[in-house]
Amino acid sequence: MSDRDNILASIRNHKRPSGAPVVTPPTPARGQVEGEERRDLFVKMATAAAATIEVVDDPEMIPELVGQYLARHNLPSRLVLASDAMVANLPWADHPMIAHRTGPATGQDHVALTSAFAGIAETGTLALLSGPETPTTLNFLPEHSLILLQASAIRGTYEELWRDLRDATNGGADWPRTVNLITGPSRSADIEQKLLMGAHGPRKLHILLLND
Amino acid sequence: MTAQSNTVKRPRVALFVTCLVDLFRPTVGFASIKLLEDAGCDVEVPSVQTCCGQPAYNSGDSINAADIARQVIDAFEGYDYVVAPSGSCGGMISKHYPDLLAADKDYADRARKLAAKTFELTQFLVDVRKVDKVTARLDGSVTYHDSCSSLREMGVKAQPRKLLASVGGLTFKELPDGESCCGFGGTFCVKYPEISNRMVEEKTDNIVKTGAGLLLAGDLGCLLNMAGKLKRQGSAVQARHVAEVLAGMTDEPAIGEGER
Amino acid sequence: MQPTSHRFIDNAHEALHNETLQQALANVRVNFIEKRRIAVEALPEFDDLRKAGRDIRDRVLSDLDTHLLAFEAKVQAQGGQVHWCADAEAARKTVLKICQEAGAKRVTKGKTMIGEEIGINDYLEANHIEPVETDLGEYIIQLRHEAPSHLIAPAVHVTQKQVEETFRKAHRDLDPKRNLEEPSSLLAEAREKLRQRFLSADVGITGANFLVAETGTSVIVTNEGNGDLTQTLPRVHIALASIDKVVPTLDDLTVLLRLLARSATGQEMSVYTTLSTGPRRADDHDGPGAYHVVILDNGRSKLLGTEKQDLLRCIRCGACLNHCPIYHAVGGHAYGWVYGGPIGAALTPALVGLEEAHHLPNASTLCGRCEQVCPMQIPIPNILRHWREEELRRGLAPVAMRRGIGIWAFFAKRPVLYRLATRIGARLLRNFAGKKGRLARVPLAPPVLTQGWTDMRDLPAPSGKTFHALYRQRRTGSS
Repeated sequence: MSDRDNILASIRNHKRPSGAPVVTPPTPARGQVEGEERRDLFVKMATAAAATIEVVDDPEMIPELVGQYLARHNLPSRLVLASDAMVANLPWADHPMIAHRTGPATGQDHVALTSAFAGIAETGTLALLSGPETPTTLNFLPEHSLILLQASAIRGTYEELWRDLRDATNGGADWPRTVNLITGPSRSADIEQKLLMGAHGPRKLHILLLND
Repeated sequence: MTAQSNTVKRPRVALFVTCLVDLFRPTVGFASIKLLEDAGCDVEVPSVQTCCGQPAYNSGDSINAADIARQVIDAFEGYDYVVAPSGSCGGMISKHYPDLLAADKDYADRARKLAAKTFELTQFLVDVRKVDKVTARLDGSVTYHDSCSSLREMGVKAQPRKLLASVGGLTFKELPDGESCCGFGGTFCVKYPEISNRMVEEKTDNIVKTGAGLLLAGDLGCLLNMAGKLKRQGSAVQARHVAEVLAGMTDEPAIGEGER
Repeated sequence: MQPTSHRFIDNAHEALHNETLQQALANVRVNFIEKRRIAVEALPEFDDLRKAGRDIRDRVLSDLDTHLLAFEAKVQAQGGQVHWCADAEAARKTVLKICQEAGAKRVTKGKTMIGEEIGINDYLEANHIEPVETDLGEYIIQLRHEAPSHLIAPAVHVTQKQVEETFRKAHRDLDPKRNLEEPSSLLAEAREKLRQRFLSADVGITGANFLVAETGTSVIVTNEGNGDLTQTLPRVHIALASIDKVVPTLDDLTVLLRLLARSATGQEMSVYTTLSTGPRRADDHDGPGAYHVVILDNGRSKLLGTEKQDLLRCIRCGACLNHCPIYHAVGGHAYGWVYGGPIGAALTPALVGLEEAHHLPNASTLCGRCEQVCPMQIPIPNILRHWREEELRRGLAPVAMRRGIGIWAFFAKRPVLYRLATRIGARLLRNFAGKKGRLARVPLAPPVLTQGWTDMRDLPAPSGKTFHALYRQRRTGSS
């Protein structure tokens, strides 16, 4: 008998019915808000988690804002971009000073810009999916992670996120390799409980929140 | 059927003395009786009581613990309420007896019934008898240690504070890190003395930090532990059971103190 | 890892006298307790979520095989592999085989307690494969050749100064005159050093906080992002999980996630909660080419249907450790194996045997603070008591203690004898104490029962007469 058989047999031998009732767990009231309230909650929670947020009314402005970000942080004027339609269709051509490429990130990239599938207002969290247009390494290797999030893509609660993600992936059949739920920049408190930012992931998480 | 009487029937309360009160500090028992009588109860002390069985139970001896539990149920179930000046013994009866005797056809239900009417002293006075003040007076400052079973098994925290607030002349100082165990734990303190010592040292550090002259608690086990440490440290802080102060019966030397 | 739980008392003694450790442990209670409290207060539904989480787990455990099989099927449908391992040896061999088949020389690791449990690092090294811990705390203790001392903060026992010493010793290629006074400079150094390791690893091994049957997904929860780099960059991703990690749906997962970070660090959510499903897809540009989930039993299935089953609800938040006065006093290493604190005391005897670990369930006052803060409402004090029962039944309990309790019970069941014995005892102790009202030593009593007390504290003396004697006296006017 294989270990698999043995483990299953042991479980079947020992398991007992539980009296646990089947009750729908509570969804925190906090995230059950709509419209502007929902957007404001997202901004509040994400900011509390040390993300920075810039509200953008006109998507055409994004390359300019990116340029400003790079200058503000004394970064070389180049970054790696996701290649989804949102990011790809921005007027990068009008900003030739910003060198850019697409593809997965490498150890050499300081800054990446990618698109989030959704935001979750409940905790100020971004949901990012792996894919040919949004490689996962964009979220982790560069020190500065810039994330494009449409305000209309902000869900109130996690339950809403899963519902929409199931829909978007053909009932889960096309589930991506990686779903990243990201709340703020990387940090560690492993040295005497002192909170330090920028452990292995990005030191800075900057959200470009597109008012749509 | 006769017409309903105008007098309210006084509840019959059985006092669960606890083995520590019986052996070390009877005043606590008498103070409890006084408080209960002042609260309008008729108090009896079943004479066959010895122990609630917790030392056996916590040592894994559930056979002896169950025997003792049956004895307690036999002696106490005939009363309206059972009150103990101890969250530890009160918790044993009200939280653990039903589990202990769950498989006993004869006693399972009786254990549950007894559990439902067993209370810690201050809990009973405030929550059941709706006492909100006492007439005692004591000049000085006190701090209060919440014993783990009182806090977590019996839900006792506000009740002793409410009653102490009504004691004339008393200043109350909250104990820092009050929800931490004092390190007694029954046999724990003699099985793992170094760890127990560390715990009680932290407790006495916090007690001294409050500046209070008197330490109070609702469990004698904790009090013997903390008072013993305070005395070994040469501290002037005294210790009493909260019942003594609430009943105005503080003539006897404090715990571990010699004759005056 | 070879258990030293049997020498818990010596371990504890060393820990209590270790100044540096005590200094480090002081940070634990101050930080974790307060942060958790604030987070819990900020979520009104927290207690209801605890009940819901407990129920989810209990339902899964009552039908664990079904859920594990559902998980396996989904993993396979997405191109991943599931390996069932009955014990640590099987798990080690499985992991090694996967690494060898991938031609691996270097393996990066996210934090995994199951990895500790099976001793995977030493095993890989013995087989000429280099394991590199990437969680900052784990990296620090790997350099120090130490085991983790906490469920989520593995280096909690190490002071900043010790980290600096360790880094200076290990990172010899860096300028010895560099300034490492600021903790941020230590972090920057670790980040720099590990970056190269991340990029050159052949295999990445992570744990799994949860396994989701609905999608065939393993979930990791980190703040550093090291787990993500570990499982995304190498060719192969291996996730290690115990059989109790599976939950049915994403919505069930959400309930547990809402409890986890708040209970652990007081955060609303950890920075990175990552769901991994299968290897990279055909059109992905990054991600591992192979995905393996190693499911470990190691004695857990035998807990099902017993009064210890509730231990399998554990979501490894560490709240019980953070609130435990024993843990505060002695830290995690004293427990002598992988898991410390209350969950360690309750689980370790099941995994390494009661003979080895019998001290752990005994070294507790049953104060109940752990159960109070446990997000899954695990009745740890009850379980510790069950271990004490088993210890007594199997004759493993120390003789003196057994006899002591036996004698006590003998009298307690015989009220007349009890009255007599207590009257004598009260009188005797009173006489020994004399006017002082307390004893620094208890004459005539067996030292094993009293030394523990009087070595550290005085014993307040009884008043001299028992309550029952006085009560009878007052009622009948007789003595």
